[in-house]
Amino acid sequence: MSPDLVKFIFGRLTWDAIPLHEPILLATFAMVALGGLTVLALLTRYKLWGYLWREWLTSVDHKKIGVMYIILAVVMLLRGFADALMMRAQQAMAFGEAAGYLPPHHYDQIFTAHGVIMIFFVAMPLVTGLMNLAVPLQIGARDVAFPFLNNFSFWMTVGGAVLVMASLFVGEFARTGWLAYPPLSNLAYSPDVGVDYYIWALQVAGVGTTLSGINLVVTIIKMRAPGMSLMKMPVFTWTSLCTNVLIVATFPILTATLALLTADRYLLTNFFTNDFGGNPMMYVNLIWIWGHPEVYILILPAFGVFSEVVSTFCGKRLFGYSSMVYATVVITILSYIVWLHHFFTMGSGASVNSFFGITTMIISIPTGAKIFNWLFTMYRGRIRFEVPMLWTVGFMVTFVIGGMTGVLLAVPPADFVLHNSLFLIAHFHNVIIGGVVFGMFAGITYWFPKAFGFKLDPFWGKVSFWCWLVGFWVAFTPLYVLGLMGVTRRMSHFEDPSLQIWFVIAAIGAVIILCGILAFLIQIVVSIRNREALRDLTGDPWGGRTLEWSTSSPPPAYNFAFTPVVHELDAWWDMKARGYQRPTRDFIPIHMPANTGAGVVLAGISVVLGFALIWHIWWLAAVSFVALIVSAIAHTFNFKRDYYIPAEEVVRVEDARTEALRSLT
Amino acid sequence: MASQAHALTEADKDRFYLTKEHHPENGTLLGFWIYLMSDCLIFAVLFATYAVLGRNYAAGPSGADLFDLPLVAVNTGLLLLSSITYGFAMISAQAKKVKPVLAWLAVTGLLGLGFLSLELYEFHHLISEGAGPQRSAFLSSFFVLVGTHGLHVTFGIIWLVTLMVQVAQRGLGAEMKRRLMCLSMFWHFLDVVWIGVFSFVYLLGVLK
Repeated sequence: MSPDLVKFIFGRLTWDAIPLHEPILLATFAMVALGGLTVLALLTRYKLWGYLWREWLTSVDHKKIGVMYIILAVVMLLRGFADALMMRAQQAMAFGEAAGYLPPHHYDQIFTAHGVIMIFFVAMPLVTGLMNLAVPLQIGARDVAFPFLNNFSFWMTVGGAVLVMASLFVGEFARTGWLAYPPLSNLAYSPDVGVDYYIWALQVAGVGTTLSGINLVVTIIKMRAPGMSLMKMPVFTWTSLCTNVLIVATFPILTATLALLTADRYLLTNFFTNDFGGNPMMYVNLIWIWGHPEVYILILPAFGVFSEVVSTFCGKRLFGYSSMVYATVVITILSYIVWLHHFFTMGSGASVNSFFGITTMIISIPTGAKIFNWLFTMYRGRIRFEVPMLWTVGFMVTFVIGGMTGVLLAVPPADFVLHNSLFLIAHFHNVIIGGVVFGMFAGITYWFPKAFGFKLDPFWGKVSFWCWLVGFWVAFTPLYVLGLMGVTRRMSHFEDPSLQIWFVIAAIGAVIILCGILAFLIQIVVSIRNREALRDLTGDPWGGRTLEWSTSSPPPAYNFAFTPVVHELDAWWDMKARGYQRPTRDFIPIHMPANTGAGVVLAGISVVLGFALIWHIWWLAAVSFVALIVSAIAHTFNFKRDYYIPAEEVVRVEDARTEALRSLT
Repeated sequence: MASQAHALTEADKDRFYLTKEHHPENGTLLGFWIYLMSDCLIFAVLFATYAVLGRNYAAGPSGADLFDLPLVAVNTGLLLLSSITYGFAMISAQAKKVKPVLAWLAVTGLLGLGFLSLELYEFHHLISEGAGPQRSAFLSSFFVLVGTHGLHVTFGIIWLVTLMVQVAQRGLGAEMKRRLMCLSMFWHFLDVVWIGVFSFVYLLGVLK
């Protein structure tokens, strides 16, 4: 074939893009391929494809979609954490003569991928997964407002993750840091495919995130059970509402900003270039107008989980419910006017820096109010130190310290010293691990019995908790110290041998965290094996307060045979206190949304489109773009989107539950 | 009213669950509003970028050198008129008259096509004069802001044709009316954005 034809067919994709000369990548690929093939073989061996397709992949059931989000997050956590271990190992080794085992070219991809994966494909799916799982149950709804959109959003998130994973084995990932600042990320300095993988992965996933934000906002506003006024909503639902408002109000900014970078790279425009009037700082401003609210998108649902856990495991209603709600709303609003604290060193002058420094410090006030609310809820409560409560207490101690170093960084003169240092790295891991990750583990442990009908094994949960807590402090205290000494981030090699001991300690900490992750995986396996012993037939294993505990575990597809009527905050607690009798007859047919494969198809085509654009395979991009439009239109011609669960089926399911409950007494 | 939707009726005061199927209010229009606001933020970013970079001519042509106001005025007229004709389509939809709905939608679509043709002509003209999007940050932000609006109009037209087929097939039930209402909001939204583009980019641009 002529070179022109080859170039037409494959764009810039050549055999050189396959990293056959890099043993680390090759070994990783072999492992991933083997693991993947094993899973595929097992699915075929046990004839699970049909089941998987009908019951999970095409499901519009919010509970199943929530579970799938969390599975995606756990898988991506393993990838993102492997990156972390590689960085820690490199930095512990590469001093003076020793170059370490990673060339800078590879090291830079690893820290970029670590950041991107942990935020977009671990933290975000965990948060969205828990919201999907719990919110409709908490508000007494049958599903979300737009069930198909929910399935589509999930698959778009998966699509983004697939593109990031593909960059490991075909071509390379960005070497720019997780926010891809220009001019480095522009064509002049990053001409290869790395930044393009970054852009299209985030754009594909971003569509999913925005749509799921819209979906959950409408769900919470429109689909609450009768009687549940806004101030009777569970706190987790409140924080979810605020988080989704933030998603809708910020992710479009990310989309637009990345689109401008795309224009610079594909159409040779001059938005963020150094010449022809372009301005790279425009990008930095825009990306942080998204980026700062993003950290609150992640932390607010974690705050919601802690609120639920504290009141449940202290056996008291939450102290200061309305102050908790107002604090959440104030944080939501303030999160928009602090973005410039990420680059005080830009040179915007003392007045601008003071404004953003002060707004940043003000955010600690509502956050502090929340901490006090949790403490006062615990005060004179009958505290049960089950695993979710352990995560919560660990969070309170860890997060307060992270918050204080944050206030320190909010002082512009201090920030001039600490900007881009390891102190900053330690600070944001302190709040993201100590806040978001601990919160998500608390939430997973708390709602696992609701999703599957049996509790997680507490022993391995405790092992995981202690490894994470200790590992976090061992890994990141040295980074605080190093940062104060002036060591900057993203270095693959150091000259000063006196620093090495701190990096070795940090690497040990990372290994302890690894034990925490392994303990979590062991916990899942052990719990599945011991599921009969851990089984909960009541549907209310913790003595819960909110509506999700009023139905069976796992809940039936329709969640509630009859829609609950809410009279109080902590509706289920109120029902139990006033002698609620579960209905056992007169069931009626229930109207439900039907499953559809359209989400999988649309997201699959989006991945192909992204891949074609990354590799400049223009014919494929055109074909897949047209295919995307045509399939979307074809989906709008499908008007059979719902069905009725017949009353007999409801009777069968509810009678089984009646039997199960009777067996307990 | 949202407050009423969640208020309890007398009959529900002492019970814990409804004995009839609960039908929450349909959320499509609210959801579509929220989507429009998120789309509005995309335009906000593009406007902000234009505000910051729009005077960075890089020794190239400025808006005053390039913009042909009469042409843009005709274009604006076409788009505003198309909003009115969409309004007529919605009035006919309320009256459940399929043929007038289709006719007004067709007129709206043609006006939209006219708008797009003039815009493409303008773009072609600018590029052939050497004032393409690569020339300066001003032209980059001009082309991307106006072009993004144009892309939205293009998708609006594809959507409009799709709805015409569906209205012809299925008539004007509640579901089709809801879909027409969504496109209606989208179409008017694009008008509002265009008024921003016209004033902020073209009018202020020729003033220097």
